[in-house]
Amino acid sequence: MPETLIFYALSGFAIGASAMVIGQRNPMYSVMMLIASFGALAGLYVQLDAPFVAVAQIIIYAGAIMVLFLFVVMLLNAPKEDGSEWDRSHPLRQPAVVRLGGLLASLLVVQLGWALLSARGLGGGVAAFGDAETVSSVRVLGRVLFSEYVFAFEATSILILVAMVGAVVLARREGEGS
Amino acid sequence: MDLLLIAQLGVIGLTFFMLINASAILVLAERKIMGFMQQRYGPYLVGPHGMLQPFADIIKLLMKEELRPKGADKWLFTLAPMLSITAAFAAFATVPWGAETTLFGLLDEPVKLGVSDVNVGILVVFAITSMGVYGIVLAGWASNSKYSLFGGLRASAQMISYELSYATSLAAVILLAGSLSLREVVDGQSGVWLGFIPSWYIFLQPVGFIIYMIAGVAETNRAPFDFPEAEQELVAGYNTEYSSVRFALFPQAEYINMTTMAAVATDLYLGGWHGPFLPPEYGWIWFLLKVGAILFTYIWVRWTVPRYRYDQLMRFGWKWLFPASVINLIVTAALVLYFNA
Repeated sequence: MPETLIFYALSGFAIGASAMVIGQRNPMYSVMMLIASFGALAGLYVQLDAPFVAVAQIIIYAGAIMVLFLFVVMLLNAPKEDGSEWDRSHPLRQPAVVRLGGLLASLLVVQLGWALLSARGLGGGVAAFGDAETVSSVRVLGRVLFSEYVFAFEATSILILVAMVGAVVLARREGEGS
Repeated sequence: MDLLLIAQLGVIGLTFFMLINASAILVLAERKIMGFMQQRYGPYLVGPHGMLQPFADIIKLLMKEELRPKGADKWLFTLAPMLSITAAFAAFATVPWGAETTLFGLLDEPVKLGVSDVNVGILVVFAITSMGVYGIVLAGWASNSKYSLFGGLRASAQMISYELSYATSLAAVILLAGSLSLREVVDGQSGVWLGFIPSWYIFLQPVGFIIYMIAGVAETNRAPFDFPEAEQELVAGYNTEYSSVRFALFPQAEYINMTTMAAVATDLYLGGWHGPFLPPEYGWIWFLLKVGAILFTYIWVRWTVPRYRYDQLMRFGWKWLFPASVINLIVTAALVLYFNA
């Protein structure tokens, strides 16, 4: 029973914090709320007997990526978004964009509903790699990642590398021009 | 209640108590050692040889008025010191500091000296230490002061840069030990080689140990890498606008982080509580001695090495320390593969 209570508390916290991320006018608070949401997610991973994933979530997302977000927000010293000014000029407020966003949102809802319904009979997904003990083991995780999913893993790395190279190219265009 | 549970709670309470005291002792030790190095006495008036100076400092700080600048962000300004100190205490949660003991036969089952034993202990320490940067960055931003903002900016860039080398040097030890649990890493270092060399990982990982120590100094914002609070340039950096207890929490968090860093170094490289002469029941004495030696080195370095320039810090971190730690990791991995096959 307490486990269920903790689960609902953590999920509620994660959803609430995520909603606050978009609800905030101040980007600094958005970043903080996103970190809180990551923390709640890490708690959910611990409940799923996956301490390694939980710790990785905190190290990578909360510990590294969000520090960079914070760095950028501070460096730009982004002011609070002023509602009246944004209404007229912001491209995200155009009717076509709003319609596309609405379509995507309803697609997401349908998808979520389908996933929840089809997940009822699930339970074999975890067992595919052995019992709960081996799933949480870092050794097994590493083996699966570097044997079965090695292509996806390497493809992701190349994707990140491409993004990095692109950022460098974009940043360099001004000034040198070569 | 169960006797074992009471003993375990006692150990947890003792760990907390020791961490609080570690910060008080370090304040005194820092000032005494600094005085000794500068050929003066240091604090001398409060208590015998100034031994009660930390109490005087704490009472003075508690009595001060708490100020908050008018333009400061109310919530984040209050939250920042709390984040710092919480992360500092929580990071010690998976660091073991002694072998299993029955408290001289008092208990039926042995109790482990340490708050908790998780099978990914090293990563937990690393994850929570990396949370500590938020306290400093938010303090710098929320103060609404140019000096503080620069301190916070420097802290985020510096800690991101040195965390990489720090984690990579840890990974080499994890490869050697074949486990992510700190207790298992320590137990892998019991015994001796050739009859007289204690089998500590420092002898297998001398480069890794040096990288760990340098990155550790940068992670805890100590001189020669104390850029977030470089007093000649930034007044007091990120904590310029803080006063009273809120201010006191920052140096306290720094000292506790130093202690955690030294304790993890002891567990990973110096054999933890393993050592000659003492029975395993008294291993925690070895642990305390080793941690003390590392902390002394930290203070020693602070008062002998001048501060770098900021660009030198970044260049050193990315162009020297990080490649060195990666090479160290690759060589270690190759050797482990070779000798295990």
